[in-house]
Amino acid sequence: MVHLKVNGSAQAFDGDPDMPLLWYLRDILGFTGTKFGCGMALCGACTVLENGKAIRSCSTPMKQLEGREITTIEGISTHGPHAVQRAWAAVNVPQCGYCQTGQIMQAISLLSSKPHPTDADIDDEMSGNICRCGTYQRIRAAIKEAAKERA
Amino acid sequence: MITLEKASEDFAVVNVTRRSFLQGALSASAFVLCVAKAPLLAKAAGNVAPGSVSPSIDATAFHPSIFLGIQPDGTVLIVAHRTEMGNGVRTSLPRIIADELDADWSRVKVIQGDGDERYGSQDTDGSHSVREFFDTLRETGATARLMLVRAAAQQWGVPEAQCEADPVHVVSHKASNRTIGYGELAALAAKQPVPKKEELKLKSPSEWRYIGKPAPGYDVTDVCAGKPLFGMDVRVDGMLYAAIAHPPVLGGKVKSVDDSATLKLKGVKQTIPIDPFTPPHHFQPLGGVAVIADNTWSAFKGRDALKIEWDNGAHVVYNSPDYKKQLQETARQPGKVVHTIGDPDAAFSKGGKLIEAEYYAPHLAHASMEPPVAVADVQGEKVTVWSPTQNPQGVQEEVAKKLGLKKENVTCHVTFLGGGFGRKSKPDYAVEAAVLSKTTGKPVKVVWSREDDIKFDYFHSVAAMYIKAAVDDKGMPKAWLQRSVFPPISSTFDKDAVYGSDGEMSLGWNVIPFDVPNFRSENGKAVNHVRIGWLRSVANIYHAFAVQSFANELAYAANRDPYDYLLALIGSGHVIDAKQPPDVAAKYPYDTARLRHVARLAADKANWGRKKSGNGWGMGIAVHRSFLTYVASVVEVEVDQSGAVRIPNVYTAVDAGIVANPEMVRSQFEGAAVFGTSIARTGEITATNGVIDQSNFHNYPVARMNDAPVQVDVQIVESSAPPAGVGEPGVPPFVPALCNAIYAATGKRVRELPLARNGFA
Ligand code: FES
Ligand code: FES
Repeated sequence: MVHLKVNGSAQAFDGDPDMPLLWYLRDILGFTGTKFGCGMALCGACTVLENGKAIRSCSTPMKQLEGREITTIEGISTHGPHAVQRAWAAVNVPQCGYCQTGQIMQAISLLSSKPHPTDADIDDEMSGNICRCGTYQRIRAAIKEAAKERA
Repeated sequence: MITLEKASEDFAVVNVTRRSFLQGALSASAFVLCVAKAPLLAKAAGNVAPGSVSPSIDATAFHPSIFLGIQPDGTVLIVAHRTEMGNGVRTSLPRIIADELDADWSRVKVIQGDGDERYGSQDTDGSHSVREFFDTLRETGATARLMLVRAAAQQWGVPEAQCEADPVHVVSHKASNRTIGYGELAALAAKQPVPKKEELKLKSPSEWRYIGKPAPGYDVTDVCAGKPLFGMDVRVDGMLYAAIAHPPVLGGKVKSVDDSATLKLKGVKQTIPIDPFTPPHHFQPLGGVAVIADNTWSAFKGRDALKIEWDNGAHVVYNSPDYKKQLQETARQPGKVVHTIGDPDAAFSKGGKLIEAEYYAPHLAHASMEPPVAVADVQGEKVTVWSPTQNPQGVQEEVAKKLGLKKENVTCHVTFLGGGFGRKSKPDYAVEAAVLSKTTGKPVKVVWSREDDIKFDYFHSVAAMYIKAAVDDKGMPKAWLQRSVFPPISSTFDKDAVYGSDGEMSLGWNVIPFDVPNFRSENGKAVNHVRIGWLRSVANIYHAFAVQSFANELAYAANRDPYDYLLALIGSGHVIDAKQPPDVAAKYPYDTARLRHVARLAADKANWGRKKSGNGWGMGIAVHRSFLTYVASVVEVEVDQSGAVRIPNVYTAVDAGIVANPEMVRSQFEGAAVFGTSIARTGEITATNGVIDQSNFHNYPVARMNDAPVQVDVQIVESSAPPAGVGEPGVPPFVPALCNAIYAATGKRVRELPLARNGFA
């Protein structure tokens, strides 16, 4: 039995301990905002926060999560959109949108460690997240926008 | 399918207020107009003569598609019948109606249309959406506006001429200073006869409030909130999950299967064999063995535990290096003539300097961010499918065919697509879900892993091209011969097809936009060994790569600046015979002056010539017209000693005629440069003994933030020409512009894609 918190609520999991967090979130808890893109920690679509830091949920087995706090896109803000989501909308980042929740989670993680990231910081942090529609230039702009807003 | 461009279908607007629609989305007293395809309308109208279609058609016998409803509270509902996959159709199409309606955009609600042939074509391919529906959508909005104005005039007892839809969402009578809202008018408007087309007054472009004005995506907030919008997110009560072990080689069959380890796994329910297809494969499932489980992970794990012996069939002979040689060999031999201008043979025989080159571009996979996925629920004779699909009517058709049902019994709910790029117009995965739902008696969600997606795609074709030109003493071509060879898309529908279709030839090959007096295009035979499909801009990718690279080679051979030379090749600009069907040629003449204009815009913005190329820095230019849109790309590169390529800037200029939403056009072209970067840098799918070698993003890499262009500038030409495609045309010129830039920077010519095969990273 694995005990963890997801978006603030206590959960207990007694399924296959090897099940990746991604499928627990999506298929069992129904938090489908976290996406499946590769299953191999190659694309970032499945990014969530573990104790505030970005991780790839597709490659994090449940057995590693005892006592951890997981935040998904559904849990990043209790009242209205998060500053990063607002910046995303202001810059009109999404095309198909499928990668964007993972991108947003990664950006939140970046901004929490580096509130004023440089271009190089952004490249470093965000290059693990693929956007097949090619919205990278807007993602960079939105991160800067969010950084400004938080300042 | 790739067909020749066509002008739009015939539609008529009908008042259908008295029918109930859209499962309660519209209230009973809403005013509802629909648009229906004229032939269907005539059919529904029975003996009503064509041309005199009357709005009093028996609505109970006629279930039309709806585009527009106005609720008594003033909410305007508009159905988006095309698929949203990042192309912005859920924003652009409704805004065209809202503009002519003079509706307040903040009070417009967009509803996604199910699959239904009454919408006309819903196949969201070939960058058709705005271009084909522009006039129809405007007429729909204008029809509703006129009916609202007439309703107001009637209510007030004043002449219609004194009423106008002004400022927005209301009709006003200036003389008496009265206004009345659309919602209040809905009931009375619904009673007005539908005006004839001739009575409508469409706005002039200067009056447009939304068309041509930038607007963010309608769904941007929901998307960023992670709402369950995508096919991957669909959850239905009692749903089971399936993963399928597909035959590793196309056409392979299961010889034997041992599922004992699979069935022991927690969460796994059963395994189900899926029949192999009967050739041609078309949109049929590939066959194999499905593992049914109560969650996706268990289904994947169960599949890994299957022990299957395959009978691989005839396509085990497919080995990419050998196949490449065959294609190249074929490209060196005379092929089937596609188009001839002047007398190229005579011109070549006159001698002069001969320049020739061969180009090669490998298979590509779509790799849309959301892998194929579908949920199907078969209940007796009725099937409901939820699927990210570019082709909902195709889903209905294929599922019906496979299960032996009527097409009308299959409902296809279109979800958002996490990217499509052409892959999701093939409904094989939805058919798989339907087959499994029928067998289990439960709703089933089929989830393709990334490995399934890459290994079992409908691949973009591999192609070999050969071009030769005889040039005069100024280096200008007097004769030009070009040959392309690739396994055609038609092989998916006709197993014996070996030549490119007219459609594929029209994608950048039958003619070139250059003033060359003697010209011939040819096409050689190639047999397919994998499923071939269409990928964002299709054959334009390799054709533009060859033609625009060759033009650049000619420039250097003539010792001229590549941009000046390109303008000289295009000439002064005029309408050329591009072998378009007559109605298309009339509406969209191929005017090389427009190509010249975008080349100038892009080069000027890039400040072409500001710095001398070489020493690892360079700019490249390419132009291409596809999907009726004219595009120029200028790419700037920096290449270091190790061959690492950085792309600091891309300058794109686009002439797509009237643009519905410039913001969406800009994103599409920014994205196209990134898509092109993936193709150029690392895009390559290969096969060994019929098995695809790549499987996930580690061996089929796509562009990431740190290797994508840093800044993509998009200039949109203001135009009054009819709207043309925007989703695809950004891709073809980008790849040769990049390769030309690399040549400028390094002196190394890339004739075979991807760059990774040429010592660049
Ligand atoms: S799905 Fe986890 S990184 Fe791609
Ligand atoms: S917006 Fe489509 S994958 Fe990023």
